[in-house]
Amino acid sequence: MTKDSSNIIELRNVTKVYDGKEAVKNTSFAIKRGEFVTLLGPSGCGKTTTLRMIAGFELPTNGKILFNGVDITTIPPHLRKVNTVFQKYALFPHLNVYGNIAFGLKLKMLENGTKESKNGDLVQLYRHLTKKEISDKVDEILKMVDLEDYGHRNVSSLSGGQQQRVAIARALVNEPQVLLLDEPLGALDLKMRKDMQLELMDMHNKLGITFIYVTHDQEEALTMSDTIVVMRNGVIQQIATPEKVYDEPANAFVADFIGESNILSGVMLEDFKVEFCNTIFECVDRDFKKSEPIDVIIRPEDFRIVKVESEKALLKSEVLSCVFKGDHYQITVFAEGNELVVNDTNAVKEGDTIGLYIKPFDLHIMHKSRIINEIITTMIDTNKVEICDTVFDCLSELEAGTKVKVSIDFDDVEIMDDPQDGMITCTVVNSIYKGSYYQCIVRTEKYYDFFVDTDDDWLKGDRVGIRIAPENIIIEKVEEAIEEDKAENVD
Amino acid sequence: MSTKLKNIKLTRRAFSYPYVIFLMLFVVIPLVLILVNAFMDGDKTLTLDNFRIFFTEKSSLIVLGNSILVGIVTTIICLLLGYPLAYILSKYNSGRILVLLYVLPMWVNFLIRTLATKSIFVAMGIELGMGTVLFGMVYNYLPFMILPLHTTISSIDKSLIEAAQDLGADRTQVLTKTVMPLSLSGIISGITMVFIPTISTFAISQLLSNGTIFLFGDSIQMKFEQGLYGVGSIMSLVMLIFVLISNFLMNRFNRGTTGRTLW
Repeated sequence: MTKDSSNIIELRNVTKVYDGKEAVKNTSFAIKRGEFVTLLGPSGCGKTTTLRMIAGFELPTNGKILFNGVDITTIPPHLRKVNTVFQKYALFPHLNVYGNIAFGLKLKMLENGTKESKNGDLVQLYRHLTKKEISDKVDEILKMVDLEDYGHRNVSSLSGGQQQRVAIARALVNEPQVLLLDEPLGALDLKMRKDMQLELMDMHNKLGITFIYVTHDQEEALTMSDTIVVMRNGVIQQIATPEKVYDEPANAFVADFIGESNILSGVMLEDFKVEFCNTIFECVDRDFKKSEPIDVIIRPEDFRIVKVESEKALLKSEVLSCVFKGDHYQITVFAEGNELVVNDTNAVKEGDTIGLYIKPFDLHIMHKSRIINEIITTMIDTNKVEICDTVFDCLSELEAGTKVKVSIDFDDVEIMDDPQDGMITCTVVNSIYKGSYYQCIVRTEKYYDFFVDTDDDWLKGDRVGIRIAPENIIIEKVEEAIEEDKAENVD
Repeated sequence: MSTKLKNIKLTRRAFSYPYVIFLMLFVVIPLVLILVNAFMDGDKTLTLDNFRIFFTEKSSLIVLGNSILVGIVTTIICLLLGYPLAYILSKYNSGRILVLLYVLPMWVNFLIRTLATKSIFVAMGIELGMGTVLFGMVYNYLPFMILPLHTTISSIDKSLIEAAQDLGADRTQVLTKTVMPLSLSGIISGITMVFIPTISTFAISQLLSNGTIFLFGDSIQMKFEQGLYGVGSIMSLVMLIFVLISNFLMNRFNRGTTGRTLW
């Protein structure tokens, strides 16, 4: 299969706003002809919205969508050369399998020569496909999806997998240049899903057209794609090959979302030297600020278990559990106050002390997205400050109306189970285990994200309340002139 | 556990008693009375004379024919007006409230509304006749067409419409190739809910035509007023049979499609 390197689809600064919320934020990326691209992310990350904008069902609030270099932003879906396989198949219940697949063909108009009109202009003539042409194409595509004798069947009498095939056939029979797939395998059972994954990859190879695939299943994305676009909260986190996304995640979110990983807080001492778990490690990263707090990401399979006495034992740890997982053992260990997950092909005994070795190359070090919660706001009164439309008690003699910068440490924010108990109601948007604690991101109704370090794992999407003790609210006066500058530093 | 369940069953059944009693008193007994009356003459003797009188009287058969004709025309007009309206309303979230506005006149008694309509026609100098009768019918029964249509059209899965667009259907093709076939059950129940009441209605035609157009419902009413219980009962039976036949046909038609329209 030859791959033309030119871009078939390009998004330029695309933003989509729903009811004042940004579902997709200023997103730009390009898809090459013939590529299998997967948009990957948790629900609500904007991946489906992006796909729907490419299909033409949603109009971007801002930005442009190009198809073969032509702006198609405002072209209605029926004029676009893309076809979609819908999440719940969306097969027409009033038509049988044949009718569903022939739907697009019956509407299609072919150019059929030209004719000279009365005033001498050339007029393009069109014709419908003939019955024979339609039935030949339908039969051919039915054969391709292994449903040869199912043409007359009612779509409701088919199994989930068969309906899925009909949906794919219905889209492919129109010979689109781009096939859009919106979580097409979500409703199938595991075995069926694996089979369909292989079949889809096979179809992609045979047809050579571009596939854009939306899923929240990281394994599916890693298996099938040429390129993965990882999204979160409407923002692209990383665009890379599956290998790269797995081995070199761009940030803690990607690392946590793609595969299993240990995410630990540490400090970058100097170039090629990092400290975490009270131990100094050699690494291959440089150009960090001196003593910059960082996140370290280690894949479970990158640990090597060695004898404690061995020279190679960089970390001493105690085995908490060892679970057989088919092709490996998943070992949970406790090292210097952190819980780590280690995958190894050999079993170890619970309670044993083992040594762990990590190659410098396997330590993935990244900047922390935020070190402290910072908000620029104003004093309501002495000892009272406004944070996200709520008045908080604090310890500050500054007068009402003074512009201030409020800083709150991650572990000074307290999450309450019942939103009523908190001062502000928030929604948990993320929770990542960092060895000894969970780092949660909770979002207020005013769209400020608080980073919170807690001992408990909070469920994504949960409504919670947060409290901040007055003594933990650090207040600094802000001079008007530097205010803008400071605001930019706030994440 | 089992005694508890039994108790629940008992109490549940108890709730249905008032309804059953009501049904017996006001539906079953009147039907039996009509049946009995149909086979009796003025002297309370058994006879088939009433049938002979009805089926040989040309005028009552013409009235029956007219009623069916008015019913068909009214139903067609309601469908032609109601479908586009229901389709447009289903596109908006506020459609439900707008539908309520169309249903709102039904909260006023239909006799009052019809009398008011008549006054308006008279005031405007429009001659009362078939046209005004049809207007009155459509005005009265349009909500019964819009409601089921709106319900079915707005319950059509949006992804089916998107799928049609995706496969190359423009607005008109989306309407004719997906929305209309998928709202067939709504069309059928709309037709049932307009056609059956129109053929049996009374007063509307009488009032809006100044008594010149008589429909079947009107002549049944008249027969009873004249004390001709026997013939009146026969006509009621004929009406009932018509209603049953059209109901049966609609159900047959609907069942033939539900397998395909309902997933």
